This record gives sequence, C-alpha cells and structure tokens, in this order.
Amino acid sequence: MTLPNDWEMVIGLEVHTELKTVTKMFCGCANVFGSDANTNICPVCLGLPGSLPVLNVHAVDLAMAIGIALHSTIASSTFHRKNYFYPDMPKDFQISQYDLPINSGGYLDLPDGSRVSIERAHLEEDTGKSTHLGGSGRIQGADRSLVDYNRSGVPLVEIVSGPDIRSSAQARAYASELRGILIATGASDGRMEEGSMRMDANVSVRKPGAPLGTRCEIKNLNSLRSLQRAIDFEALRQVELIGSGGTVRQETRHWDEQRGETSTMRTKEEAEDYRYFREPDLVDLAPDQAWQDRIRSSLGQMPAERRAVLLARLDDPTSSQLDALEVVVDLGFDALVISAIDAKIDPSIALARAANELAAGIDNIASLTTEAFIAALKMEQDGELSATQAKTVLLEILQHGGDPRTVASAKGFEQFSSDSLGATVAELITQFPDEWSRYREGDEKLAQFFIGQVMKLTSGKANGKSVIAELQARR
Amino acid sequence: MRSAAAIANDVKSGATSAEAETRISLEAIRAHNDKLNVFLFVDEVGALEAARRVDERLSAGDAVGPLAGVPVALKDNMCQRGVPTTAGSRILEGWLPPYNATVIDRVLAAGAVPMGKTNMDEFAMGSSTETSAYGPTRNPLDPSRVPGGSSGGSAAAVADDMTPISLGSDTGGSIRQPAALCGLVGVKPTYGLVSRYGLIAFASSLDQIGPFAKNVTDAALLLEVISGHDPMDSTSLPEPSPSLVDHLDDGVAGKKIGLVRELYEGADDDVIASVHRAVEALRDAGATIVELSIPELRLGLSAYYLIAPAEASSNLARYDGVRYGLRVNADDVAAMNEATRTAGFGAEVKRRIMLGTYALSAGYYDAYYGQALKVRTQMIDAFRRAYQEADLLIGATAPSVAFKFGAKTDNPLAMYLSDVYTIPTNLAGDPAMSVPFGTGEGGLPVGVQLLGPGRSEAQLFAASRVLEVADGRS
Repeated sequence: MTLPNDWEMVIGLEVHTELKTVTKMFCGCANVFGSDANTNICPVCLGLPGSLPVLNVHAVDLAMAIGIALHSTIASSTFHRKNYFYPDMPKDFQISQYDLPINSGGYLDLPDGSRVSIERAHLEEDTGKSTHLGGSGRIQGADRSLVDYNRSGVPLVEIVSGPDIRSSAQARAYASELRGILIATGASDGRMEEGSMRMDANVSVRKPGAPLGTRCEIKNLNSLRSLQRAIDFEALRQVELIGSGGTVRQETRHWDEQRGETSTMRTKEEAEDYRYFREPDLVDLAPDQAWQDRIRSSLGQMPAERRAVLLARLDDPTSSQLDALEVVVDLGFDALVISAIDAKIDPSIALARAANELAAGIDNIASLTTEAFIAALKMEQDGELSATQAKTVLLEILQHGGDPRTVASAKGFEQFSSDSLGATVAELITQFPDEWSRYREGDEKLAQFFIGQVMKLTSGKANGKSVIAELQARR
Repeated sequence: MRSAAAIANDVKSGATSAEAETRISLEAIRAHNDKLNVFLFVDEVGALEAARRVDERLSAGDAVGPLAGVPVALKDNMCQRGVPTTAGSRILEGWLPPYNATVIDRVLAAGAVPMGKTNMDEFAMGSSTETSAYGPTRNPLDPSRVPGGSSGGSAAAVADDMTPISLGSDTGGSIRQPAALCGLVGVKPTYGLVSRYGLIAFASSLDQIGPFAKNVTDAALLLEVISGHDPMDSTSLPEPSPSLVDHLDDGVAGKKIGLVRELYEGADDDVIASVHRAVEALRDAGATIVELSIPELRLGLSAYYLIAPAEASSNLARYDGVRYGLRVNADDVAAMNEATRTAGFGAEVKRRIMLGTYALSAGYYDAYYGQALKVRTQMIDAFRRAYQEADLLIGATAPSVAFKFGAKTDNPLAMYLSDVYTIPTNLAGDPAMSVPFGTGEGGLPVGVQLLGPGRSEAQLFAASRVLEVADGRS
C-alpha cells in the first residue's frame, strides 16, 4: 500500500522469539508447547518466595547465534528487572536486559537488496499465558482470568530493528527473512501460530526528508499478514488524522484482527514506569572469545546465502522457479533439491515437488530419504509416473514411508512401457483419422483429445507427456 | 543446655539419642514459648521424625553428620517443605512451601533436627522483632526488652536454651544485633558463602544466612555445615566450605586489628567500655592494635536505606494475591492486588516498599538509587584500604544493650540507627561477627563486632575465640 499525498511510513519492529532450548531460561522445567496447563512449573518459574534464577547456558548459545547471524557485536552484558504487575508474571517483574544487551548493533539484508539496521537483540524471560473469560476477552472487565505458567520463564530474544523500514511490505519481508534466520540458527522453530515469534510494530508517518513523526506502537502481531495489515491501517489512520487537523499521540495500540483496526491500549501518560535495576540474583554474562568462536563456527549458512547457492544451479530461472526457491529455502529443503539437481533431475520438477508436496507433508519429512525423493522424481522425469502419480507417491511416502517403486506398484501406477504406449497410440490414429489429420496440420488442442483417449484405455495409468512424445514422433 | 558439639558427640557415642535431645528441646520450647513468642510454628512431628532417622542411621552403623541429633531453630524466612513459612507477615499466612531451602537440606544432611520456625520482623524489616505480624518476641534475659531483630526469634531460641543453635539472616545486621542483645555469637558470613536458595528475599544483594550459638565453636560447626557452593544460587561462591573448627585456636598473635572510630562513636558508654576492654584482650593475646577512621562508613546507613528498600520493592511485588498466601477479593485484578497488599503488609513493610519504589522511579533513580550505588562502591574501596592497614577490624555491634519494647517504634530513624555499625559490611559483602564481651546497663550483655575482608571467616572465628576465653566464657 502507498500512502496518499507523498506521506512516507517509518517503521521499526520489535520481534520476540522463543528460544528452542530443552529447558527454561532460569530453571530445569521443560520448554515445550502444548502441555496441559501448569504442568511444566517449579518454584523458580512460579517465582515462589525464596526461589532464585540460574541462567541456562544454551539460551545464551542461541542468543549469540542470532547475534552473529545479524552481524551484531557480542559484549559483556547484564540482566535487569523490569517491574510491573501482571497476573501471568509470577514475580511481578520480568528478568530482561537493559542498558547492556548481549547483542548490540548489526543489520539484516532483505532479498530486495535493502538493509535494515539492528539496534539490539537481548535475552529475556517469557511470561505465563492469560486467558480472560467474559467481557471483551481482555483483562479489564473479564469475569474470570485463567493463567497457565508453562510459558513462564521460557527464554526469549527480543530483536529490535532501527526505524529503517519504509513500507508494510518491507516490514513483512524483514519479519519473514528474520524468521528464516531464526530457524537457520536453530534458535527458534519459527512457529508463529504457536506464539514462537511475536511482533510489535512502531509506526509513524512523515513527508520524505522531514523529521520523524510521533510513533504509535502496535502490540502483539502474531502473523506476517497481521503485521502488514496492522501497519497499513495504522499508517493510514495517522495520515488521515493529520489531514483532518489532528495530531498523533504517542501511545500503545492494540490490533483487532477481526475488525482490521488498531485501537488505543494506553497513552504515553499511562505508560508504566518499569523501574529497571540490576537483577541482584544473577551475575554478569560475559561470553569469552572461545565461547563466541564455538558458536560462530557451529553456524550453518543463512537463508540469503542458501538462496544464492540454489539460484546458481538454475539456468535462466522462471518466476515460478524463483517463487518455489523462496519456499524451498524457507522450509529448509534446499539441500534436498540440490541433491536432486546433482542427480540430473530437472530443477523445475525438483523445486515444484519440494515447494508443494514436501511442504504439505513437512511434519513427516523425516520419513523421506534423499534417495527416495530423487527416485520418485526420476520415475516422473522418465515417464514412468505421471505428475499426478508422482505427487501421490511422494505424499504416500511422507505419510507411511517406503520406496517409490514399491509404493507406485502398490497403487497400481505401473506405466505402459513405451512399446505398448506406442501400440495404443497407433491404434487410436487409425480409429480417429480426422482428428489425427487436424493434429498433424497443427491443431495442438487435439493432443489433449488423444491423451484423453489413451487415459480412457489405460485407466489413467499413462503419462501425458509420454503420449505427446509418441504423437509427435508420428506427426 | 549443653553445646551443639557436646550433644553431637553424645549422640554419636550412644550416650544419648537424637530423639531424647529433640524431646528435651520440645519441652524447653513448650515451657516458655507462650511467654516469649519465640517460635511461630513448632514442628513436633517433623522434628521427631528427623531425630528418629538420625537414630536409625546410628543403629544401622551408617555415617551421621557433624550435627547429629542437634536441635536447630530456623528463622521463618527459610522455606521448609510442608512447614508453614510466613516471613513474619500476614500475607504469607498459611502458605506451605513445596521445597526446602538449601540450608535446610544441609542441616538435615548434617544430622541436625529442625525444630520449627522462629519469629522475625516482617520480611526481616526491623531491629526489634516488633514489626512481626504475629506479635513481638521477648528477650529471655529481660522479657520487658526486645531481643533485637530481625532474627529476634532465632536469637531468643538459643538465649532461652530452647535449641543450642539456630539460623538467622542478616541484611543490615539482623543476626549480629540480636546476637549482641541476647548475649550470643552471631555471624554474617561473606556474601555468597551460604546459599540464599529458599531464603525469602528482603534485599537480595545484601541478604546472607548465618548461625547463632552460645559459643564460638558451635557457630563454627554450624557455619561449616551450611556454607559452600550451591548451583541453585548464581551468587554462590565457587569454593567449598571454609575450615573453621580446625582453626579456632589459631589466636591473634602477630595480627593487626584496627579499632574503627566510626564503628563505636555515638554508642552508649557501657558499649564503648566493652569495646575497649575487648581491644585490650586482643592486645594481650599478641595482636597489634591500630586506631583507624573510615569516614565513608558514616554514609552506610543512608545508602542502605535506598538500596535495601529498592530491592525489597521488587522482591515483594510477587505477594499479589494471585498464586499463594493471602487474597482479598475485589472487583478486578488490580483492585484485588491492592486490597491484598493493603491488608497483608504491615506499616514498616509498606514504608520500605514506598521508599524503594520512589528511589527507583524515573526521574529519581540517579539522585537516589544511583547515588546509593556509588556510595556502596566507595564503601567497598574504603574497606579495601582499611584491610591494607589491618587484618581485621573491631567495633561495637549495636549502640546500646537490649532496649525496652516501644522505645523506638514511634521513630523509624532511631530504630534504623540500631544497625549503624552493622550495615557497612553488608554493603561491602564482607563477613563480620558479634561476640558477647562483658555486660552493660542492668547486667545485660554487650556485643563487640569483628569485621574482616571477604572469606576471612577463619581469622574472625579465631579472634572471636580469643575474646570468648578472655571474657571467661569457656
């Protein structure tokens, strides 16, 4: 969306990502999603009187991995307490990092070539999860509030961008690229629907070159779509407000997904004074060079690099190939696709099957070996399987495992050999002389007619491409 | 009551049993607890079970720890599984911790028998045990007087021979001052020497658990048991327990001991006289005495009353009525939080929460909390310089002997001044201990305070032992 009258959006994003550690940030409780409420809890993550936090070193590993991937400077850092009352925060303060975060500075390059600066990426603990029953679904006016502390103390990294983003589409691209990096570093599973990645957007508008306008912060955007819609709504709201003679108030706003609009949560005057001070129960966090080097050397390629590697394997890529490439890298199937290309599979087939069928069966991807993937694609390429059949075979393997050839024969997908296909085509030519002569004169539509006839005779077991090859050979 | 060391020896030799010693302690508690209000909860069932476990181990020929069968009293801010723990506050009334503080696991492993939970100033905020929501504890030496605080109950338990030893916590003097007022040995160890895991926090950067005992040896025994690294406390020192008992008779010959003017100026004459007699005793034992002035110590009280309340305002936020303890229902969550805290906290706790909240607030942080942190750094530097002049320092523990109930309750500042000599070591993180030496007004005990650099406990105990002998206590 572009704003009217040359208005320009200025956007900065704060992205919270849950870290994929085995245990929580300051205790030994399991860090898993979806357990029964209040089962992964202990005195520490419940903030019981007398309990003390002990930092999970693996959370530091992952935070540093994120920092390294974002070209940040890793420095000696400290923890602070952020004090405010909320029922899902058991200590009524959150342990976070304040003036000395573990990662400072850095940048993220987007696929369109733009660069967004990173201000910081710091460690903090997650809160529990509240459910408010009755009323508006928010805490005010609720009949009852239920709290699940399983999430309390789950490690988070908050990644704060500079105010460098100029459109909602760029914001979306930033969030998407960042998500890819979080997955690639092993820091996060990137499951936005499970709350693994949550975003706040700071939005203001100005005329290009003018000083920054007053910003509003939109809280808790949980999908790329919400992010983009919320920013568009908010920017337009600000432009219209200014256009009608009003002024933007600095405030925190809530995004209502159903109504598609933002509304005031609290104004700057109502903002909490968090009374940050050094967390006296923790010591300084100063990862030495050896620790940093160990994390640096264990990091694999980031998505941008992997896209470049895969792109280099494509000659004159089509736009659908490029779209598939994005998906394939995003889902981590690029190594599989490259193996297939190495095995002389047509890149278009490899990309398409990975971006569609493998994506659909991603939860069971472990049951598909590289060999089976390549074998199935080879059968399709050689005409032993139709495209539809190849897709069915892949999905079947993803569900139940197995070898493509066995699965194909169990499904009754044995194709005619080219000999028997040739005989069938020859027979049809004699049976439909008019159609054949029109085809020979260049009416390509008749190819579909002959394919249909072949399918009828073979109960759909033939491969359309092979039929065309037979027809063309006799033309 | 016999010493902890004697009881443990007799239990181990079979001359007595842990259960018999526990019953003696229970009887002593029963005799005076109504009058003195020492224990908030007497864990008769748990104590007898723990005692029988020790006796069973002995009869099975299994090893028992150095405190086998020794009754120990615990300040009510240490979490003990299934045992009511209130920190002296209404807001935790009825709460049963689901876990043990590390110190409780350690005294149990040493064979000691936890007898119950002792009264204290609410959340350890006070110097007389008068701020307890459950009424004040009386000083067994003169029931018209306070036992000191905040660990007044743990001091009174030992002073009244209910238990030979007890545990307290010291944030600004809460072990040493009641030890002085009750005629006991009381130790504030080096910060990090004893795990704080399971200690209900008042001011996390200052809190430290330590022992009360009637004599230096018992205090050393108990401190050896509870100290040493704990992975559950990030501020726990990495080293193992110090060896104290083996060094009790090291003496002070050749040591330089600094008499610090700021650690006795303004005290009552009887207190100052005791300090001077103690100095003479140390000199007689071969120490060199140097007179020192450390003016920075005068800033300690002001810095402390910003730093401790600031941390407390955050530490006590969790008592919000949501998860445990008191809840006063109201129309919505914020109103419930407010009603609960209004009803659950006493006046002194509220005063300190407000003070601390203010000190940390935007626009005031630099002038108050930030400034106090700078003073704290100066204090640490000043002590470091002093320890280049002297191995240990000496002064008074408290400005006066035990005072009457109500004497300071109307004037918080007068009460705060009770800790003027003890607070600086908490700010520095250094160890200090109070040892009874002589008597003052009305024959009441006076405590002198020995201070040392971090991890100097063995030297402090040896010097304390010299004073104990000189005072005719053994």
